[in-house]
Amino acid sequence: MIARYQTILFGVLLAASVAMGIVLWQLRERAHQRLLQGQDSAPTQAPEVAPAEPATLLVANDADNSLLSQVQTLPLPKDPGARARLILGKLMDLYAAPDAAHPVPGGSSSIAQVFLLPAPGLSAGITTPSSPAKTPEASGPQLAVVNLTGAFAASHPSGLEAETLTVLSICGTLHANLPRVTQVRFLVDGQPRPTLAGHADLTRTYLATDAVPTEGAHP
Amino acid sequence: MPVRLGIRRFFGTSKPALVAVLAAAVPIAAAAQAPPVPAAPQPRFVVVLDAAHGGDDPGGKLDTQAEKAYTLSLSVKLRSLLNARGIQVVTTRESDTNVDTNRRAEIANHANAQACLSLHASQTGSGVHLFASSLAPAPPTRLPAWKTGQSAYVTRSLAMAGILNSALQHAGIAVTLGRTAMPTVDSMTCPAIAIEIAPDRAAGSTTKTGLDDPGYQASVAEAIAAAMLEWKTEAHQP
Repeated sequence: MIARYQTILFGVLLAASVAMGIVLWQLRERAHQRLLQGQDSAPTQAPEVAPAEPATLLVANDADNSLLSQVQTLPLPKDPGARARLILGKLMDLYAAPDAAHPVPGGSSSIAQVFLLPAPGLSAGITTPSSPAKTPEASGPQLAVVNLTGAFAASHPSGLEAETLTVLSICGTLHANLPRVTQVRFLVDGQPRPTLAGHADLTRTYLATDAVPTEGAHP
Repeated sequence: MPVRLGIRRFFGTSKPALVAVLAAAVPIAAAAQAPPVPAAPQPRFVVVLDAAHGGDDPGGKLDTQAEKAYTLSLSVKLRSLLNARGIQVVTTRESDTNVDTNRRAEIANHANAQACLSLHASQTGSGVHLFASSLAPAPPTRLPAWKTGQSAYVTRSLAMAGILNSALQHAGIAVTLGRTAMPTVDSMTCPAIAIEIAPDRAAGSTTKTGLDDPGYQASVAEAIAAAMLEWKTEAHQP
């Protein structure tokens, strides 16, 4: 014979367990929703409506330490920052391909963001009545800040040649498609980092023009 | 006559022989009267060997060992070869220890060296990669900036890269030349080159000779030592 108080206690504990289960389920669902909302929703694929345009990629080759110009047709957005990110994403896709001449894992997701800013040392904007819209900020040289993902830097092959080619091909590709980009700086996960994978300096400002070689020449 | 006799007695020789001795003594005496010309001291020639990475920093992962072990082994081998050729060597590390990037440049700059070689190894690419600093050449200044100290030596670094290139190619090793931004080399105030050893591959990217091959390593070291000897000769030419 089970005592009445024990039956009541069992019932209360059972109800409490069920209630806690329901609360936990709801909390899990909320956390999942929060995670989905927090994910980077910036487009990595160009919108279908964007017209296809030729883009010049400076593709690295480990065998002879060269950068070779290659033209690809891509649907490119109008915004220069998004455009730069998309072009560099395509470059990284080429490097992530199985038969790449400069194999680097990661693909297009390796480029987190590209920010375009007026290049340092730009003189203060002087506007004249005849050309009020042509300020140096609007037409002058630009500094591109390329934010790489930590996963990309961690998986990049270590080596002077491999790292230098990656850095120079990014600089050269940016300048080839956005001629106003004359300087390039690198961040990894939004933070400055001494080197890419132990060799190439990521703390300095690269001159994009230095990375653009003649056809097939060594950088 | 007493004088002549005295001389004859002193030298114990005949008249013609005495004349010959005196004639021979004239230039000696003239030389003795000229101001002494000190023999020009042989200028000091020092090579700095920087075995990259070490300690907590293993560098790249090679087939059977870490880059730090490979560069140290190459540094030890090169030091022996250079010492055998009468070249003074300063190394940035002699064991598996952490050496800061700035410390490496400090050691090189204090050595007042005529050549600084930063040794690296990699699985990517083929043959030996020679990298000079990508800094633009600049005239030497009394107080060069730390991060761009190499800019005053870039021209000489490129000349040294040319000599290394010739020596390696003469040894049958494929060479690629390039410019790079590397903190250690950029801070060195001496002709400096980063040397990266990669496997010697055939045209089809199949590994022909791996990094661990003792013969390959020895031929690379011999070629670098020969290049340093040539660089020393060039450096001592007026």
